[in-house]
Formats: sequence, structure tokens, C-alpha cells
Amino acid sequence: MPEAVVTLETPQEVQRVPLVANERSLNWITENVSSIVESRTPLWWWLAFLPTAALALIGLTCIGYQISNGVGVWGENKTVGWAWDITNFVFWIGIGHAGTLISAILFLTRQKWRTSINRAAEAMTLFAVICAGIFPGIHVGRVWMAWYLAPVPNSYGIWPNFRSPLLWDVFAVSTYFTVSVLFWYTGLVPDLATLRDRAKSRVRKFIYGVIALGWRGSNRQWRHYEMAYLLLAGLSTPLVLSVHSVVSFDFATSILPGWHTTIFPPYFVAGAIFGGFAMVLTILLPARLLYPQLNDMVTRQHVDKMAKIILLTGSIVGYAYLMELFIAYYGANKFELFTFLEARVGVHGKGWYNWAYYCMMTCNVLSPQVFWSKWARGNYIVVFIICMFVNVGMWFERFVIIVTSLAQDFLPSSWHHYHPSWVEIWTFAGTFGIFLSLFLLFMRFLPMICAFEVKAVTPAADPHRHLPGPHAGDSQAHAAAEAHP
Amino acid sequence: MAEYRKVYGLGAEFDSAAALMTAAEKIRDAGFTKWDVHSPFPVHGMDKAMGLGKSWLSAPVFIGGALGTLTAVLLTCIPSFALYPVIVHGKPYDWRTLPAFVPIFFELTVLCSAFTTVFALMIMNQLPKWYHPVFNWERFSRVSDDGFFLVVEARDPKFSETKTRALLEEIGGHHVTLIHD
Repeated sequence: MPEAVVTLETPQEVQRVPLVANERSLNWITENVSSIVESRTPLWWWLAFLPTAALALIGLTCIGYQISNGVGVWGENKTVGWAWDITNFVFWIGIGHAGTLISAILFLTRQKWRTSINRAAEAMTLFAVICAGIFPGIHVGRVWMAWYLAPVPNSYGIWPNFRSPLLWDVFAVSTYFTVSVLFWYTGLVPDLATLRDRAKSRVRKFIYGVIALGWRGSNRQWRHYEMAYLLLAGLSTPLVLSVHSVVSFDFATSILPGWHTTIFPPYFVAGAIFGGFAMVLTILLPARLLYPQLNDMVTRQHVDKMAKIILLTGSIVGYAYLMELFIAYYGANKFELFTFLEARVGVHGKGWYNWAYYCMMTCNVLSPQVFWSKWARGNYIVVFIICMFVNVGMWFERFVIIVTSLAQDFLPSSWHHYHPSWVEIWTFAGTFGIFLSLFLLFMRFLPMICAFEVKAVTPAADPHRHLPGPHAGDSQAHAAAEAHP
Repeated sequence: MAEYRKVYGLGAEFDSAAALMTAAEKIRDAGFTKWDVHSPFPVHGMDKAMGLGKSWLSAPVFIGGALGTLTAVLLTCIPSFALYPVIVHGKPYDWRTLPAFVPIFFELTVLCSAFTTVFALMIMNQLPKWYHPVFNWERFSRVSDDGFFLVVEARDPKFSETKTRALLEEIGGHHVTLIHD
């Protein structure tokens, strides 16, 4: 890794900031990543886990209540047939996209800073997709008929309609989840081997031993492993772009004003990455606070770079919002114009959900502009607050798209207001419980930093490191210089 | 370890990735074939140092992906063309409907390729394999931490307990140990 080498000739001002701060050794990385899993469960963990698990239970109870009573317990009506269910689905699936972006797209573009955040971000992807998958599953009403979505031969001779974007969605989301699990587990194997080798108790030795598959870090294994990782990254990159594109087709292929636009696929993908990075930071900033040893691996430059991505994608989303307005005007379609100017922007005050539109605009377009300031990107409190704004804004974006278009569509006589019922509200709150509980369990039992990849970007990993440079505080570099005269 | 057990090979420990790579080049040049290096992370350039070519994992993945596309074509076309030609929104149900199936073609291609990648990786790396002679070496547990190891197998035609040990020590290896099966 040539750019990680600090030679005597490299001028100070063009040297890269080291990815692992404070010149930590390989052993230090192993020790500090594994100790999170190996130490006793801290008190804060229980204090965090019990409420989130309780919230998850409330959510599951609401789902049970909804399944036993039917979707009528939600606030939807004939006009607004999709509301919080699909809003929440798109919200959660979008969050997942940042994890795949970090693990796949940043891998293909050789962004080495991804190594310390990819594991946690991928875990976040999986848990977000689990939360997302709940909503389309239960909104079909008769959940026991959901198997009709799968193209299986049945005694009625009925097949699903493969030309429906809703069926594409079934394929896209299930493929996305499966491939993400495979990618995540493949990346975990070498670190599980670390936990296996360090395990003291028989139970841990057995469990980590089994799931580490007998990995022994041999180069004949690494050779294929690296190719597998590259292939999975190459497969996940178009996949992640396709998933939110397909989600946007659910809307774009219909004829409803505000939905029927070609800008949706890129706009949804940018929005997904935007919201996802905000969620990555929402999770990683508290994790850094609770485990201060992570600070040398998830450094200031990581937060800075993620803030920059939020700024970029937020601006793309802002451009898409404005372009939608322009096309509504330029297209001269009365209904399209009404949806945008009245139902959303509220020029003549005829819209019912204008407040949601302005909430979205403020949170998604204005708030990330703060990240033009270097000070703001370096201030964790500011970053955290902006990420919270983005999380809220991205939920409102989907709410605005779905509810404003449906509530006030072509015929004023069929317009209808929408209010969420308590079941919907607690089901959504419950998915946060599920998401956070799963993440806390992940932090407790699996290495949340990809230790072997972090090791590979340290100067000690450079096979051509012969000169005892400024990082050679140990005997390794001297031995290397001796071994290679 | 009991002495009567079969010898698996000789293992040596090295100080750094750079030292391991230099040693690998020397072992390669000495003409050994049944040997391997072990490191906590993939060392860049080690394949060349060991005289290994590019991984051929992409070949099975290509086949897997192609089979995925084929599955998707059959899965969508057979019901649509023959078994259950349903007309929705007046859309055609013959070959002209193919563009509507592209998302399914794509997703199943990716799905099958990803499964093939992971299963081919397991087969090519002979995983899961929970027992391996190198695990009998106490020092070897550092391989997943910060240890760099080189192991020459006894079944290598050039293997000799004394000469290989001398060679490993000469190229900078320490804690040279006989590993039993």
C-alpha cells in the first residue's frame, strides 16, 4: 500500500493522515477489537438493551394485533391506501444502502478509510433490511397468503405477475438481503478466527470455532478470499443501485401525479445513501463514546469524510427536489402541477401536508449545508444533530411522496385525509426497537470493526517497508530491513 | 505432542509481512511446492512471491451467474408465455414483454453469482475444515493476531527435516518447529 508509506522524501504537507491514529501495532488492533466482545457485559449495555428490547416487543405485539384484526386497525382508507407502512419500508431499506455503499462501492474505488467502519455499517444494513421487510410483509393484509409472492407451482395453476414492480421488489429486496448476509459473513470469517484463537472458555472456543470454519489465514486461502471479496463487491455495487431503483419503480411505473417521473431511480438511490450515512453516524458516534479505544480506528477523518458524503448526497437530493418542481412546471400537466405547487409547496394554501414538505426540505436540503464548514464536520455534537435532522427528513421525504400524492389526487371528490392510528405509530417505533436491539447484540457478540482489514492498511502491513520510518517504534521494521538486504 | 505421530511439516515464524514475503520468495526459488504462508491479513504481492497465479474463482462465478440468468428467463417466460398468460393493463404477454422481466433477470443473476462465489470459495479453500495439523502448533494461534508463519509440508519432495530447518533459519525464520499431524 504505497500511499501508507511515509518515506523521508515525502513532504509534510502532502503526507496522508494515517488511517489508524497513534501508530498502533497489529496486536493493539486485535486486542481492542476483540476485548469489546470478550469483556464482561457493561452496565450501559443492559440499560440500552432492555428498553430497546421492550420497544421491539411492543412493535411485535402491534404486528400480531394487526395480523389478527386486519389492516383496518391502521389509519389507511380507500384514497390513502399506502401510508406509514410503505413510508417505513422505503425509509428502512434506504438506510441499508449506506452499508453496502461502504462495503462494496468504496472497496471498488479503493477508499481505504472504509475498513474500520464497513463491518458495523454492513450489520446496520442487515438489520435495516429486516425492519424494512416487515412492512410489505404485513401490509398485504392476509399474511398467510404472502407465499403467493413466490413463483412456486401450486394447485390453482396461478403464477405471479412478473411485469409488476411489486414483484420486482420481492426479488430485489430478498436478493439484496441474501447477498448482504453472504458478503457480511465472508468478511467476518477471518475475524471470527481471531475470536476463536483468543477464546478462553470451551463454549466460546466451540461456537467461534465452528463459525470461523477453520480459517487459518494461509495465503492459498487469502488468494481466493480476496477474489471472492472483489467479486462480491462487484456484484453488490449494481445490486445496491438496483434495489432502490426497483423500490422507486413501485411509484414511478404508476400514473399518479408526483410518482410518475423518470427522475425517481437516481433520486431514490442518492437519498438512500444520504439517509444511510446519517444512520451510520448516528450509531457510530455513540459507539465511539462508549468504547474510547475505537477512536484510533474510527478517527476524525472518518467522520469528516462521511459528513462530506452526506453533504454531497444531500445536495443531489436537493437538486432532485428542485428538478421535480421545475419539470412539474415545464411539463404543463395540470395534475402534476397541482401536486407539486399545491399539495406539496402550498402556493395557494390548498395543500394538506405542506408542513411535511417544508420539514423535509429543511432537514434534507438546508441542514446538511452546514457541512461546508470544516468546523462543523469536526464537531461531533454538530454532526450528530445534523444526522438526526437527516434521519427525520428522509422519513418525511417518503411520507411526502406517498401521502401528498395519494390524499389529493385527480378528483377532489375522492380526496381523503390520513391520520396514523396508534397501531401504526407503535409498529414503527417497534422497528426502531428491533433495529437497535439487533445492533446491540451484534456489538456484544461479533467484532464490530473489521480487524484484519484495518491491520492491512497499517504501515506494518506494507510488504515493502524496509526503512525504519517514523512508525517503526517496534522491532518489526528493523527485522524487515535485516531480512531484506 | 507424541513423537510417534506423523510429521506434517516444518513451521517457522517471521517478524513482519516484509520478512515473510522475502522468505516466501526464497522458498519459491528453492523449488518447494507443498508449502504455505500464514498471515493475519492478505499480504499484497504475496501471490507473486509464492509463485501463484491469479485466483480462478471468477470462472465458477461466471457459470453460476449465467445459470442464474437462464433460471430467470425460464422462470418468467414459461409462465408468461405458456402456463399462465395473464393480460394486465393490456400489456403483451409474448416476447414483447421481455423488457419488463429485466429486473428479475438481473436480480437472479446477482443472487446465483453471489451464492456461487461463497460456495466456490469454500470448496476451493477446503472450508469448513475444523481440524488442521497447523493448529497443533501452540505459536500458531497468533496467526489471527500479529503472527507471520511459513509452513513447509513433509510431503514436499524437497523436504528434509534437517536441510529445510537450516534453510528456514537461514532466511530469517525463528521458532522453527516440527508440526505433527
